[in-house]
Amino acid sequence: MPIGEIMELEAIINQAKEQIETANDAASLDQVRVEFMGKKGKLTDLLKGLGRLSAEERPAAGQKINQAKQEIQQAIGVKGDALRTAEMNKKLAEEAIDITLPGRSEVAGNLHPVSRTIERIESFFSQLGFAVKNGPEVEDGFHNFDALNIPANHPARADHDTFYFNPDVMLRTQTSGVQIRTMEVEAPPLRIISPGRVYRNDYDQTHTPMFHQVEGLMVDKNVSFTELKGILHDFLHHFFEESLEVRFRPSYFPFTEPSAEVDVMGKNGQWLEVLGCGMVHPNVLKAVNIDPEEYTGFAFGMGVERLTMLRYGVTDLRAFFENDLRFLKQFN
Amino acid sequence: MKFSENWLREWVNPAVTTATLSEQLSMAGLEVDGIEPVAGTFSGVKVGKVVECGQHPNADKLRVTKVDVGESELLDIVCGAPNCRQGLMVAVAVVGAVLPGEFKIKKAKLRGEPSMGMLCSFSELGISEDHSGIIELPADAPIGQDIREYLSLNDSTIEVDLTPNRADCLGIRGVAREVAVLNELDLHEPEVAAVEPSCDDKISVTLKAPKGCPRYLGRVLMNVNVAASSPLWLTEKLRRCGVRSIDPIVDVTNFVLLELGQPMHAFDLDKIDGDIQVRMANAGESLTLLDESTVELSDNTLVIADDKKALAMAGVFGGLDSGVSAQTKHILLESAFFSRDVIMGRARQYGLHTDASHRYERGVDPQLQHKAMERATALVLEICGGEAGPVIEAVDEVSLPSVNEVTLRQDRLKRVLGIDINADKVTQLLSRLGLATTFADGKWRTIVPSYRFDIAIEEDLIEEVARIYGYNNIPDVAPTAHLSMLPAQEARLSDGQFKSVLLQRGYQEAITYSFVDPKIQQALFPDTPSLTLPHPISSDMSVMRVSVIPGLLGAAAYNQKRQQSRIRFFETGLKFVADDTAPNGVSQTPVIGGLIVGKRHDEHWDLDDNTFDFYDIKGDVEALLALSGQASDFSFVISHHSAFHPGMAADIEFNGKKVGVIGAIHPQFMKLLGLNGRVFVFELDLSEINTRNLPQAKPVSRYPANRRDIAITVKDHIAVGDILKFVEKIGVNQLVGLNLFDVYKGSGIEPGYKSLAMTLILQDTDKTLEESEIQQAVNVVISGLESEFEAALRE
Repeated sequence: MPIGEIMELEAIINQAKEQIETANDAASLDQVRVEFMGKKGKLTDLLKGLGRLSAEERPAAGQKINQAKQEIQQAIGVKGDALRTAEMNKKLAEEAIDITLPGRSEVAGNLHPVSRTIERIESFFSQLGFAVKNGPEVEDGFHNFDALNIPANHPARADHDTFYFNPDVMLRTQTSGVQIRTMEVEAPPLRIISPGRVYRNDYDQTHTPMFHQVEGLMVDKNVSFTELKGILHDFLHHFFEESLEVRFRPSYFPFTEPSAEVDVMGKNGQWLEVLGCGMVHPNVLKAVNIDPEEYTGFAFGMGVERLTMLRYGVTDLRAFFENDLRFLKQFN
Repeated sequence: MKFSENWLREWVNPAVTTATLSEQLSMAGLEVDGIEPVAGTFSGVKVGKVVECGQHPNADKLRVTKVDVGESELLDIVCGAPNCRQGLMVAVAVVGAVLPGEFKIKKAKLRGEPSMGMLCSFSELGISEDHSGIIELPADAPIGQDIREYLSLNDSTIEVDLTPNRADCLGIRGVAREVAVLNELDLHEPEVAAVEPSCDDKISVTLKAPKGCPRYLGRVLMNVNVAASSPLWLTEKLRRCGVRSIDPIVDVTNFVLLELGQPMHAFDLDKIDGDIQVRMANAGESLTLLDESTVELSDNTLVIADDKKALAMAGVFGGLDSGVSAQTKHILLESAFFSRDVIMGRARQYGLHTDASHRYERGVDPQLQHKAMERATALVLEICGGEAGPVIEAVDEVSLPSVNEVTLRQDRLKRVLGIDINADKVTQLLSRLGLATTFADGKWRTIVPSYRFDIAIEEDLIEEVARIYGYNNIPDVAPTAHLSMLPAQEARLSDGQFKSVLLQRGYQEAITYSFVDPKIQQALFPDTPSLTLPHPISSDMSVMRVSVIPGLLGAAAYNQKRQQSRIRFFETGLKFVADDTAPNGVSQTPVIGGLIVGKRHDEHWDLDDNTFDFYDIKGDVEALLALSGQASDFSFVISHHSAFHPGMAADIEFNGKKVGVIGAIHPQFMKLLGLNGRVFVFELDLSEINTRNLPQAKPVSRYPANRRDIAITVKDHIAVGDILKFVEKIGVNQLVGLNLFDVYKGSGIEPGYKSLAMTLILQDTDKTLEESEIQQAVNVVISGLESEFEAALRE
């Protein structure tokens, strides 16, 4: 290839690269392509001129021109990518939003704290195979009192501040009636808990006329007081998620014997009563035709509001039934 | 029951602090509710004697005194008390004394006269409210002795909250027995000697209802000076047990009640006609009680009567006419054993509650009456003088409670408590409790003392063993049971599943009272029979709810009053509808109800600020119903429930059966409810919606789905729901989806008509649908709509 033509080829490459460099959009870049490699482009012209060369010169010259063509092609490709990237970046930049603006969410509501506590209690006892049972809230004297070994006129009955509709129909004062209803239709071994509303005619700083209890019952061949202590210790530790000091204090409930109240040591150094419990009284088992010589059982009952107050630092019992959203929304 | 710690310690004095003593009692089942000092905190107050007492020269109401406090010089003290007089023994706060409230006594001049201290009233020493005058001490009080020491004021009132089974502890004697057992000490029981009769006067007693009163002791005391005052030691003991001093006779009977636990009564002997009979009241018999109320007696009530009339309600309350008065000269003391069964419930029946009834209905030691009578006789004679007649006892031995003999099996004890307790230890423990106990053949045989009438069965003994052994000495053991799975019906939806749908949709759970305001319930549900509480907490909580809606409306009003502008609540629970055919006359049905009022969204930079409308709450209800997997079997049917806006209310039906309601509260009730804005509510019977279909999977079509949109016009009054249901059930097999995407009225549509636009999704399970098949399916839908609803296709 004559030196003059080689010189020309290099000039073309340089010229092309220069123009590629300055092209600032897809159109001007395409123009460069046409100018150098189009049908009438400068390199195309050179290729066309190959015919004038001798057969020996032609392959080497052709190769050179093709190399130049590739070089320019590549430069156009690189530039094209750069232009597209820049364009995309520009577009993305325009689309940018303020990601700190609040989203269009619907905040989920919460269970009432009393339900939340009941749910936790249920889950602890479900693990041990306790079935959840419910019962009526308007109850008869047999299930609320008689079968629980609380005969008419007994002082323990007077202590209940019962809401009566008539002498034999009342709002249940305890969920213990569900024990009776369960034992009437199911044979031991039994493990149940029954959460629910109970009612006492009393309203002041520390009493609401309606509140919630969870009653538990286990009846089997050899259920003992040590096991009652074991299960309740376990429950209290898991419920409060700390190793609280717990004590069992002798007490009296007509439907259990021995009976105990269970206290936990509060943060203020005072004992707080959280549960009542005991071994099922033989008269209760007899009332539902279970032989107390064959079976023994324990029962316990806990005040849900009291446990909820201790767990979450609620100080006013009455807040539970005012349903103030500002109160309820804290339990999320 | 309240008692004085010092009094208890006269009976048994363990070397433990007040706090430890209280802990011991609580842990033995006698729960200590409070410990209060019997006097304020003070020092420097001494016994003194008023040696001179003269008028203050410059003040009418003041005296100037010279007081001997056992020092070399008499103290000049100015005193304003009306009862200050020469010779009186008084409590003197000397210079340097500090009285309750950090009140320091200093040298002073009062209206020009020097005063070197203060003569104190009970109230100034924090002993009682009495500030009518200065304390009058007995003549033999030792001059100069510290008053705290002299009156044993370093004492506490301990209040125990006794359980109904421990009536034996309703007296110092019972608590002392318990403390003696816990500390393994002996009891120092004060000796009560029989008082020999000093006159022959007596009265005869007949037991006409021996089951109710198996033992009655009467004793006549002649020439008693009822005007005598009770000595300070007596009134102080009573005060520290929370009992006010009345007169010496009442004070003595109260003293015996507190000390021994035996209620007593005194009659004015001159008011008794003939003899005493203990009998059941005649129905309608009238009796005026000591509180001057007159009751008409029922024949279930035991009375003390004379030959002519009832004198007192036995074991409950004395009668006014036969009671001791200032004119009384001779008295009849009563010490009786009335059976629990006859007294239980009587006081309540007459709206009464007395110390006597409290004890008798829990039980009294049937062997205590003689001791109590002797104790009271001696005290009355000591304080009021007089002569005592012989003790008259009427007794029906067969009606007295029998001695309980109870056996405890060693294996039963172990089985119930879960631990082995050494047999000797159990024997000792039961013996210490006063039970005559022998152990042989693995059994303890016990004879129960008369005062522990609560011990009657084996479990009672197990409890006593556990209690004294110490509940906290019994180990904790994890229960053992057979591992058996509980059934869980997959087709049954739990309440929790419904709750969680609403929680996710932003509802807050509420718990409202089951009793509501009858005015509101009557207004909203005039036709639903409800239950009324005869003795409610207040009139606005006096009927049982027939729906959770009234409670939710109350909760919403409460929050609107507290600037809450966007409220969504739900509640689950029973509703109570009076129903003679249901158990106890009430059907108790679990429901879930909800309420929304306010803005659809919290104020937001991009969301609309529209208020909730019917379709918001309907969407929530549809989400609940969708849990059943059979949403299309539910329908919303126009309802005319009076609680609701007549144009925005529906019954919710499942296969034609009503399972709930939904609607906007009728605007006429908003003022009554204290609510603003349009309030939407719903309520569903949980037991009607909690069954779901178990999934039955079908293969998914591998062929393309085709979408065709059609628009029709129909008369405005035609319910869109009916149209959609019709299309769904029209029987075009390939129709797999139907979606209403526009409802339009206005320009371009003839008045009285509306335009509906809907998408039909058509797909076959076996092939790709041809255009002709698609068109044919669409045509079926269109012609169906034309004939059923007179719909016109919009082109």
